[in-house]
Amino acid sequence: MNILVCISNVPDTTSKINFVENDSKFDSNGVQYIINPNDEFGLTKAVWMKESNGANVTVLTVGELSAETILRKCLAIGADKAIRIDCEASDAYSVAKEIEAHCQTINYDLIICGRESIDYNGGLVPGLLAGFLDYNFVTNCVSLEINNTKATCAREISGGTEISECEIPLVIGSQKGLVEESDLIIPNMRGIMMARQKPLEVIQAKNINAKIKDKKFHKPEAKSEVKLVKPDELDKLIDYLENEAKVI
Amino acid sequence: MAVLVYLESEDNKFKKTAYEALSYGKALADKMNVKVSGVVFNCTDSDSLKKYGADKIITINDTDFEEFSSKKYSHALSQVIKSENSSDVILSSSANSKFIGAHLSGIMDTSFVSNVIDLPESINPFVVKRTCFTNKAFSSTEMISDLRIIGVSSNSFGLIENMNDASVETFNVEKVESNQRILKIEKETGSVTIADADVVVSAGRGLKGPENWEMIETLADTLGAATACSKPVSDMGWRPHSEHVGQTGKPVSSNLYIAIGISGAIQHLAGINSSKVKVVINNDPEAPFFKAADYGVVGDAFEVVPALIEKLKAR
Ligand SMILES: Cc1cc2nc3c(=O)[nH]c(=O)nc-3n(C[C@H](O)[C@H](O)[C@H](O)COP(=O)(O)OP(=O)(O)OC[C@H]3O[C@@H](n4cnc5c(N)ncnc54)[C@H](O)[C@@H]3O)c2cc1C
Repeated sequence: MNILVCISNVPDTTSKINFVENDSKFDSNGVQYIINPNDEFGLTKAVWMKESNGANVTVLTVGELSAETILRKCLAIGADKAIRIDCEASDAYSVAKEIEAHCQTINYDLIICGRESIDYNGGLVPGLLAGFLDYNFVTNCVSLEINNTKATCAREISGGTEISECEIPLVIGSQKGLVEESDLIIPNMRGIMMARQKPLEVIQAKNINAKIKDKKFHKPEAKSEVKLVKPDELDKLIDYLENEAKVI
Repeated sequence: MAVLVYLESEDNKFKKTAYEALSYGKALADKMNVKVSGVVFNCTDSDSLKKYGADKIITINDTDFEEFSSKKYSHALSQVIKSENSSDVILSSSANSKFIGAHLSGIMDTSFVSNVIDLPESINPFVVKRTCFTNKAFSSTEMISDLRIIGVSSNSFGLIENMNDASVETFNVEKVESNQRILKIEKETGSVTIADADVVVSAGRGLKGPENWEMIETLADTLGAATACSKPVSDMGWRPHSEHVGQTGKPVSSNLYIAIGISGAIQHLAGINSSKVKVVINNDPEAPFFKAADYGVVGDAFEVVPALIEKLKAR
């Protein structure tokens, strides 16, 4: 089985979020980049499938040279091969189009994307890919079993879980639950050494036009001071919530 | 040009987020001087939609849509979009609506902007405001396509009543095949879900162990609230993953968020920041959460929460 895991290079969760160029661009100065957490759950699952039934795992990112650091990390975690499509990832649409073009050249049985990235939170790439390629699609995926050509997936829904089955090829949007936090693979020395020998292919981009453009970023306004209430004056809290904030 | 709103329903009732999406769609249509229609799958409660300004209600009544399928729903919507010549499609931010939004965009070869919190700043160019960096920032985003798909963030726009005597039409869908089928749906009964909740009661590691969640559930019941938790609490298995909120969990945009025994780490705050009013109960006056909160009680959760429940019940 051929698995493609699409990886997004995102600012570390503790990053200070600032903007430059007249608030039109994210300030990446001093920012540490990580594998998007939702993607990492998917990657771990793919590596497990490789270990249990010999799947082939390719990781792919659409991005500039700097994104290769996380691709090497993915190889150290256990992917067989990495691909970077060489262009700036400008919006979900153009990224998904670039990935689609690659998927026209190689048949993947399973495409794993994170449910959403923690930077732009669009949650769009897996759905676009499924739509472009006319593959089956399950997002918010919290469990996945593939037997021959049949996939059984669980998806988190409002207030519960939905279990469905379908034929591959399939695109999933992965998230925590597909594997647990404690299952995430921390690369060891051997993995890191092996990663250096594994192929990292750079593919020329099609340079698709973006369909959305961030014109200007804004930061939330500074909050006013918290109103403190003493533990023995809870009536006051209830009064605030009822009459001032009007939320209960 | 016309605005089309997908109206999500469950058990023959529209979700509150559907009314919010329609309120948004109506306001957008007014701003653009066009008509707004709503699409309904197998729900007979169309009358309730008149209150929110729909000009036309398009109903799809077909057993093929009894169970949810993002593919079938998206293909059906794409047929309605073509037949109505829609320029803008409005969805809510529920799990299923986001699922459809992304899938439909792929099928229609266009883009989708989710987490939108306000009407467009301008129509030409079309610029909407959305949250990004998990609520740590906002972006004024230009949408450059003939068909725009917009996901409205819950509780951001609100419900706006606007009586309009909508006409009702049925639409016959050309079926698409799908080899995907639902085997089983497991639902926790009776509990309010985080996405649908106006009030969320959330607790963290300060509660010491899963056995202490009874008071959290009672407080939630008293307020008709959903329960949530911090990441370590779900990682340790004290609570289900579905309750994990924050940057790597679920986003919360409720009207009221009550955080109990949660320190307020940046990743936690990121996910809940778009909630309107935040209350913190924590015994450490230095807990970072107090800087992000509107109201706070410095005190022991094991004393404050039971006392609060008692007072709320006595109201
Ligand atoms: C990549 C990454 C992603 C992350 N994503 C998330 C995320 O999505 N969501 C998330 O929540 N976290 C996330 N985290 C974890 C985050 O950094 C914090 O570790 C976590 O939020 C802390 O949880 P907590 O507040 O429950 O626990 P703690 O930080 O241990 O805080 C417990 C609090 O309880 C208080 N307390 C103790 N006893 C009492 C008492 N008797 N009464 C009242 N208060 C009491 C303490 O004063 C303290 O403030 C992430 C971390 C990383 C590295």
